[in-house]
Parts: sequence; structure tokens; C-alpha cells
Amino acid sequence: MGNTMNINLKVWRQQNENAVGQFEDHKVQASPDMSFLEMFDVLNEQIIENGAEPIAFDHDCREGICGMCSMVINGRPHGPKGGVTTCQLHMRSFKDGDTIVVEPWRSNAFPVVKDLSVNRSAFDRIISAGGYVSVNTGNAVDANSVLIPKEVADTAFQAAMCIGCGACVSACKNASAMLFVGAKVTQLSMLPQGQPERQSRVVAMVDQMDAEGFGACTNTGACAAECPKEIPMSVIATLNREYYKAKLNGK
Amino acid sequence: MKLDAKIPEGPLDQKWTKYKSSVPLVNPANKRHLNIIVVGTGLAGASAAATLAEMGYKVSAFCFQDSPRRAHSIAAQGGINAAKNYQNDGDSVHRLFYDTIKGGDYRSREANVHRLAEVSTNIIDQCVAQGVPFAREYGGTLSNRSFGGTQVQRTFYAAGQTGQQLLLGAYSALERQIGLGNVTMHTRHEMVEVVKIDGKARGIIARNLITGKLERHFAHAVLLCTGGYGNVFYLSTNAMGSNVTAAWKAHKAGAHFGNPCFTQIHPTCIPVSGHYQSKLTLMSESLRNDGRIWVPKKQGDTRHPNDIPEEERDYYLERRYPAFGNLVPRDIASRAAKERCDLGYGVGPSKMAVYLDFKHNMMNKYGRAEATKNGIANPDDETLLRLGKEKIKEQYGNLFDMYKQITAEDPYEAPMRIYPAVHYTMGGLWVDYELQTTIPGLYALGEANFSDHGANRLGASALMQGLADGYFVIPYTVGNYLSNEIHTKPISTDHEAFVEAENRANERISGFLKIKGTRTVESYHRELGLIMWDKCGMGRNAEGLNEAIAQIRALREDFYKNVRVPGSDSGFNPELDKAGRVADFLELGELMCLDALAREESCGGHFREEHQTPEGEALRDDENFLNVFAWENKGNHEYELHREDLIYENIKIQQRSYK
Repeated sequence: MGNTMNINLKVWRQQNENAVGQFEDHKVQASPDMSFLEMFDVLNEQIIENGAEPIAFDHDCREGICGMCSMVINGRPHGPKGGVTTCQLHMRSFKDGDTIVVEPWRSNAFPVVKDLSVNRSAFDRIISAGGYVSVNTGNAVDANSVLIPKEVADTAFQAAMCIGCGACVSACKNASAMLFVGAKVTQLSMLPQGQPERQSRVVAMVDQMDAEGFGACTNTGACAAECPKEIPMSVIATLNREYYKAKLNGK
Repeated sequence: MKLDAKIPEGPLDQKWTKYKSSVPLVNPANKRHLNIIVVGTGLAGASAAATLAEMGYKVSAFCFQDSPRRAHSIAAQGGINAAKNYQNDGDSVHRLFYDTIKGGDYRSREANVHRLAEVSTNIIDQCVAQGVPFAREYGGTLSNRSFGGTQVQRTFYAAGQTGQQLLLGAYSALERQIGLGNVTMHTRHEMVEVVKIDGKARGIIARNLITGKLERHFAHAVLLCTGGYGNVFYLSTNAMGSNVTAAWKAHKAGAHFGNPCFTQIHPTCIPVSGHYQSKLTLMSESLRNDGRIWVPKKQGDTRHPNDIPEEERDYYLERRYPAFGNLVPRDIASRAAKERCDLGYGVGPSKMAVYLDFKHNMMNKYGRAEATKNGIANPDDETLLRLGKEKIKEQYGNLFDMYKQITAEDPYEAPMRIYPAVHYTMGGLWVDYELQTTIPGLYALGEANFSDHGANRLGASALMQGLADGYFVIPYTVGNYLSNEIHTKPISTDHEAFVEAENRANERISGFLKIKGTRTVESYHRELGLIMWDKCGMGRNAEGLNEAIAQIRALREDFYKNVRVPGSDSGFNPELDKAGRVADFLELGELMCLDALAREESCGGHFREEHQTPEGEALRDDENFLNVFAWENKGNHEYELHREDLIYENIKIQQRSYK
């Protein structure tokens, strides 16, 4: 509430995957307590009232957990603030009169659907290739029959917090998905339940990652710096270690 | 039509066991020839799709999001209940059953709830086997906490992200089946019609949201796992895309809608801050384990909360409900907050908020324990706070961060400000014991059905129900229907029923585009939400409900004259998707008010102001309303009420008391 902010926007518009895109200028009045996406809501209502087509962008839970929102804001995935998604970014992080550039995730593996919305189904296919424990419903033993040290459970949980938003790919100059894949591999390779498929999993996931056209990792660290869930770079080290071990074992 | 809940004969604790051992089976060779459609990929949908595929059925799954992993179950924070009794505090299947029935204010079915309590333990085992990283104790065993309406610790959790971890478990099982070719996944698809042939559900019309094309899909059975409809209130804790469309289309095709007015208003959400607000954010109920709720004893007190001394604070839940204190069920906690704010004791800029304060437990519970552990004798307050803060951070860190991010206030330093918000809908498609709707072959699972929570859901029970339905109930019950379908060959989607359903959808969708009015879809949704919140929210009365019905009808009429939907129906057009969803909310809202008007009693989250005890508690009328309201859609906004009587054979019904 209170003070109004005048914001200038340069927003990427692109009709569909094959169309040529361009930046479009907009002006919008915002309030510091608005979320970045609420500012887009206001802008879109304004655009519709003026008889034009609103800007398509992905969003759903608006509380930082579904991983759907995906904007590159002034060159940074999810904007200037660390540890938050676009939906959790508020206009108080900007100044009255600012010009903000908004683009979709940038990666060949994430083709644009429309405007700021991209197709991230490559991530699903990587999980489908091996990011699971093969246990059919009904096969489980009593949950407390396998003890897991608290530190192991906590570290696995930290990796499992990944929301699959793709900011890591977008931030990377090589469009690498190593942080995403590393997070899942770390979670499952640490837990006793993940042991039987430990080696086949990592190989299958890495193969799929390569097939999707994600780039290689050069340890720049932009992924971890931009990750809204602050997944650490160490998951990439774990991924490499797990992969080499599996390969040495002839997987 | 007489409603038959198909509850098995026999003693309560043997019904499910007996059902499972006598239900007809489908042999593996036949399963391969039976198609099942699953709409929605949250906990219920993902678990059902994965499990049915593991069993050998041919499954097609649909979700409107860009990935099945993004369904709104992902946002559930606090935990999942299970009657494991790992804490040795006297928990049992019977106790979980009893707490759930009582918490639901005696408006749910005994047999369904007992089954839910029975399978609760299997859910935890299954999730752990999938690699779900639940919180653990130093000895390596699973950790538990308390939730509202119970006096045992039976809630399993993964920090404040339990829903995320459980959904990722179910999603990984689903993705495994996709990889194996047993599930065909359709993302960014929305179900827009149920297709019925000879009275049975035989498929759906789905809209590809990227191309805008309508698609016909055949199946021997259709499962709706499409969540709740809290977004009819515009502002709620639901995701922006959560909608009633699939369930509503099923209702219009003949599935009765059960108890539509039963809405859960969650007591601890971040208050509204401005007119542009698009959604409300929940602060998990688990926070009430360690947070104490209070308002100043003086009306209109504008002092900073930290400056208000202990004796000038009113811990009104502890005062009114000493036995359960801050852990009373959600409906009671919400009404109590509204009562204080309506009388002028509210805090914050809007005065529509109360405090949720962690300082006491930060210091005395956690700080002191840590000091003892670290051998610090006579710790001062500062040390206690510092040590306690670390423990609080470990348990609720992500919630505290989220609060700070949204409000720009630090909850480690001052209490949170919270207010009730729409969170969950107990109502939904009416289903029998087998989760089948009144349309043969059409099932509803999870929040989309009405079945297990009566008039109020207890915390940490939604995740339990979603996964119970998907992993452990539907795999058995759907077999009872499909065992009679093994001779049904796949029906061509050129069948006239498919053509007609597609035409209906097409006409409706292109109809929105033709209106070319002046008002945005959003503005109608916002106006509908306000009507619902004011008149069908925490307090309801006959006068308000009648007004609301008239207002909704007028608003709906105006919508079809003046709405402006930009763009076209070919290609990606989120505004068009939204128009369809809001159009359905404009019908559902009226039915919710009709339901609330017809239920002349107060129970759980349904508080009719005309029916209350002298202390302001909900006053049930068991003589006339010990039943489920199931509404049949007669077309043209006409509805016929059917009642399913609830028969309590094992639990003695009493006035619910948490004092």
C-alpha cells in the first residue's frame, strides 16, 4: 500500500516456438508490497482493457514451491534477490522509475511456448529415465525398520528440495542441467532405499540429460547462485563421483 | 434415485479387509486391455496413475500444468497423519478414526474414515520406500509432531515441505511408469467434458492448452483427481490454476455434488495487504505446536507487540479451550480469530489480524533444552533466544523465510500477524464406498470427492486421504467395476457421444471469444470471490445467502454479456482457459449458497449464525441434518437435493468439545 512506483518494462513477446520474438515496452504502476507476478497481473488487465493480447507467463502456486514461474529479470533467473522464485519476489526490491527487462528461460532444451512461457518437459524425461526407486505400491516394509541417521536424512532432504524450475539451466552459460540432475542423484544415492539402482540410475539420467541437449558443466557456479532453493554445488560433485564410479563398474 | 453408499456388511474394523478379500479381480492379461483415464496428477492422481499402471492397466494421465510434479499438493506444508503409534502415546487406528470423525463434526461416513485410518500406516511405509526424506530423530527413526484436534503425535513431516516431498515420491513413481510405457502423460491439457455412453463414463474431451485443439480420449473408467474448488472465493491458499472445471463438468453430466458449502477456512494465513492481491499464503498449522495466538486485551491497541506486557495479552484460544489450547481444530480457531477482530481487538494496519507468537517456546521450550544439552547453567534470556532460534529455524525455517519475504517483517524478532483464509473444500463430488460417483465408471479421489472429512478436515489429513485413495483404495475398488468390462472393446472416438461432447465444448469455448465485452475475466472472479467471502464464508445467515444467490445470478448474466476474452481459441491462451474456469465458478458459487441455505444448522466449518450455542459454538441439529447433501444438476441452474443418511453404529455422537 502507500507509495506508488512507476515501472518501465521491456518484455519478451513471442507468439509461439517457431515465431520470431522481440521486446515490447510497457509502463505500469505498482506498489512496493506487490509481488512481481501481481505487477504482471495489473499490467495484463491494463493490456486487455486496451484491447491487446496479454503477456503469457507461467505461474501457479505463488508461494515458491511448484516451480512453475520462470522469468529472467534483468538478466537473472528469478530476479535480483537470492533464494526466492519470481513469485516470491516483491516490488520493494525495485525502485520507482526503474526499467526492468523480462525474458523467458534461455536454453535450447526449453523451447518457448509463448512469450515468457517455456517447455520444460525435458526435466520430466530425465526423471522418467531413472530418477526414482523402483518400488511398486504394496512392497514396502515398516517405515522404521530401516534406520537413517539424521544427518543423512537432512542432507538428502536438502537436495530433495529442488522444485524443478529450471533456473539453474537458464543461469548457466552452457545451459547445463547438472544441478537439477545432481540434486536427484544425491538424494537417492544417499538413502538406503536408493542403493539397489544407484549406479544404473545415474548413468540413465546423465544419458537422458545429454540426449535432451543440455550443455556440459564448467563449474562456474551460476546455477547454485541462482537456485531459489539454494541447492549447493556439492550435488554436482556427487553426480560426477557417482557417474564415474558407475562407469568404472561397467554400467 | 436412492443414494447407495455401498458400505460393506460386518463389523467396522473388518469391512475393508472383507471387501478386499471378496472383491472380484481382473486377471493380468485382461488388465492390459483396459484403459483408465486419470485427470489430475496431485497426490491422489499421481499415486493412482502409478499404482494402476504397476498393476498392468493402460493408463492415460492429464494435468493442466506443464509437468505432473507441479500439482498443488506440492504446496502442502505441515505433514501427514498415520496411526503408527511410534511415539508410544496411545495412538491407534481407532483413535485416528475417532479424531477424524469428531474433527469433522460428525458429518462423515464411519466406514470410509475407518478405512482411511487403517491404510494410513501403509502410506508412510510406501513413501519411505520411495526415498521420501521425512524428518528423523538422532537414532535414525522417524520424527512426529502434533496437529490440531488431536492429543497424540502422529504427524510425519519433512520440514514445512511435506506435500512437496510426498508428491515428488508419487511423481517419481508416475514418471517410472511413463518411462516403462504404461502411462501416457498429457501435460498442459484440461478436461472439458465427460463422455457418457449408455449411462457409463467412457472417456473425456480434453483441451490441449498449447494448441487449443480439443481431443477425444476413450477409457473404460475415468478417475477425477482434480482437487478442490477453494478458488471460487478468488482469494485462497490454492494455486492460481486450481479450479472446479473437471468436477463441475462431471456434475453437469450427472454426478451428484456432495456438501458443496463445506469449506475450510484455515486460521493461520498471511493477511491481505492490498486490492491487487492475487492469492493468500498459508502459514502451516504445525506452527501452532510452538506458536501461541493472542491479541491485546485492549481494543484498538496500536503498540508494537513486543511492547505489550504479558498481562495485557489475551491468549484467547488457551483461555476458551484449555484442553486443546492453540491446537483446537481449524474451524474453531478461525471463528475465534474472527470473533476477536470483529469486536475490535485485531492488530496490524488492517486490524484484521491476530498474533502468532513463538518467543515463549523459543526461549522456554527449545532454548532451555539446548542450554541444558550444552551444559550452560543459568542461561540469560539472550542466550535462550539465540539457542531456541536455531531449533525453530530447523523446524520451520522455510515458513519463517516465506513470511519475511512476503511481509518484510522478521518473525524471529516479532510475532507473525495472521488471519483466516480459504484453504480446502471438504465438499466435492459425491462418491460411494468405492469412490464411484453417481455416474458408473466415473470415480473421484482426494479433495475432489466429498468423502472423509465431514464438515471440517483435521490438519495433516488431506495428504493422508489423497494418497490413501490413490495407492490403496482405488486399485481394489475400480476392479469391481472393470471386472465386468473385460468384454468391452475400446469404443471408437468417432462415436456420436464423443462428437456431441466435443461440439458442446467447442461451442462454449468459442462463445467466450464472441462476447467481446469490456470487463476482464479477473474482475468477475474478484467480484464473485467477495460475494462468497462475505456471505458464504466464516459466518453465514439466511438473509446474506439469499442476497448472495441473487448477486451471483446477476453477475453471471453480466459475465455472458460483457466479458472480454482476448486472443483466439487456437494457440496458447491462458486468458481463455481462465474464462472457462471462472464461468464454472459462477455456477458453483450459487450451488454452494443454496447448500448453505438448506443446511439449517451449524456444523464444523459451516457456521449458520442463526444456530449457535450461548457460548458462540456451532450448534448441530442431528435430528434433521445427520446426512450428506447430494445435489443433482437438473440443467438450467436447477438442482434437486438428495440426502444420504449417516448411520453411526460405533461412535456415540456428542456435542463436539475441545474445552
